[in-house]
Amino acid sequence: MKSFIEYIASILKGLWTLLVGMKVTAKYFFTPWNHVTQQYPENRDSLVMFERFRGEVIMPHTENNEHLCTGCGICEINCPNGSIEIISKSILTPEGKKKRIIDQHIYHLGMCTLCNLCVKACPTGAIVMGQKFEHAVWDRALLTKVLNQPGSKIAEGVKE
Amino acid sequence: MAFNIYDFTTLTHSIHVGLAESFSPVVATTIEWVIVGVSYLLFVALFGLFLVYAERKVCAAFQQRLGPMRVGPWGLLQTIADFIKLLMKELIMPRKADWFLYNLAPFIVIIASFMAIAILPFAPGLQSFDFDIGIFYLTAVSSVGVIGILIAGWSSNNKYSLIGAMRSGAQILSYELSVSLSLLTMVIFAGSMQFSTIVEGQRDAWFIFSGHIPAMIAFIIFLIAGTAETNRGPFDLAEAESELVAGFHTEYSGVKFAMFFLAEYINLFIISAVAATVFLGGWMPLHFGNLESFNHVMDFIPPVVWFFGKVLFVIFVIMWFKWTFPRLRVDQILTLEWKYLLPINLVNILLMALVVLTKFHF
Repeated sequence: MKSFIEYIASILKGLWTLLVGMKVTAKYFFTPWNHVTQQYPENRDSLVMFERFRGEVIMPHTENNEHLCTGCGICEINCPNGSIEIISKSILTPEGKKKRIIDQHIYHLGMCTLCNLCVKACPTGAIVMGQKFEHAVWDRALLTKVLNQPGSKIAEGVKE
Repeated sequence: MAFNIYDFTTLTHSIHVGLAESFSPVVATTIEWVIVGVSYLLFVALFGLFLVYAERKVCAAFQQRLGPMRVGPWGLLQTIADFIKLLMKELIMPRKADWFLYNLAPFIVIIASFMAIAILPFAPGLQSFDFDIGIFYLTAVSSVGVIGILIAGWSSNNKYSLIGAMRSGAQILSYELSVSLSLLTMVIFAGSMQFSTIVEGQRDAWFIFSGHIPAMIAFIIFLIAGTAETNRGPFDLAEAESELVAGFHTEYSGVKFAMFFLAEYINLFIISAVAATVFLGGWMPLHFGNLESFNHVMDFIPPVVWFFGKVLFVIFVIMWFKWTFPRLRVDQILTLEWKYLLPINLVNILLMALVVLTKFHF
């Protein structure tokens, strides 16, 4: 008798769990405004990528054309596939001291796997991940970018 | 030509009279056969295409996607484009396949589906033949398809095909029992195996309402077993994509693959149509005991709309099953059938017999 009751109970419990699952999918089905599909080329104007999306490595500049990069080369060391090349140069500060600064932060987008290691390693937070994802070009050379803008300089007060 | 959306007997009768007047009886009968055959072919092709589209859209909605959107407005022409693509594809045959059986199998599968679809009453007068062992015939021919599946798996000379076919065979042979027994429950209640009598018996109340508890249990069992019989998810072991490539039709391409694909969706339609006919009243409108005005309003909706409305509802429920539940293992499928569905079914038949004997129904 006990096993019979267990048998019946298992049937009812099984049916109940099936109904729970069906309730979840029914909720998805009857709330079409929650669908996650993006109609991409049509919604290009209004498309906003989410914050954590990794599209490319960029170096933000202020309106005074200042960035935070010290040219230390840690990102270059951390890059697993050599997508970053740092070319630095020496200048003389007004106090007469020799100082190494960034000349060109070269970034090969074509080789980059967007692993985010350079951004994590950067001690000054000079490089971040950008949200742009339309990178198709006709010439492979266009994928090699210089991240620091021409004539830019390091912002005041960045610790070496 | 008299045309009446509520009753097609006048239309078919006038066609018959017109043909009999102008041709000899033999020619007239042959022309009628051709007309009936072509209309079934057209219906199956168009409805199959629609079902594939519906499946993709419903599946997408259950997974919070949009589904096909590019070909035509809302992707309406997607399946037509797919079908044209399938027609133009090369027919590839494995080198060591059994030539005769390999080419025969798709036809067996699709002929079995056509034989089953012939018995369904779409509306008054829209039934190609109606005889007194309708349900018996339906259960008989719907199990012919499994022979085609077994042949397809065997003749392809591919281990995935063979495993898929064997699983399908075990599964369909088991669930055939539940489908037949749950239909038998309703046959006891209706007192007839003839489809027209069954539909006529639901004029006042559909069997699922008038047969109350045993009819509802039979309906649930029929839905589960019917899903398994059509080899659809969660019982799609026979073509488990993650394990067996595509199961018994792995080696088929082009039109032959399209036939298997179409047969699968026709079987879905058949199972849903049988559920709609036997449990939900077929083309009968929804009637409640003595609500005269309500019944009258319901009578205004044509029987064809009622029939297809019910069929699409059942199809939606079966698709809902497919896109909600994970696939069962082989042993779980057999446990479900032999330890649960079959005993419940037998008890349910007894219950239904008691209900009929004591006249404890509406």
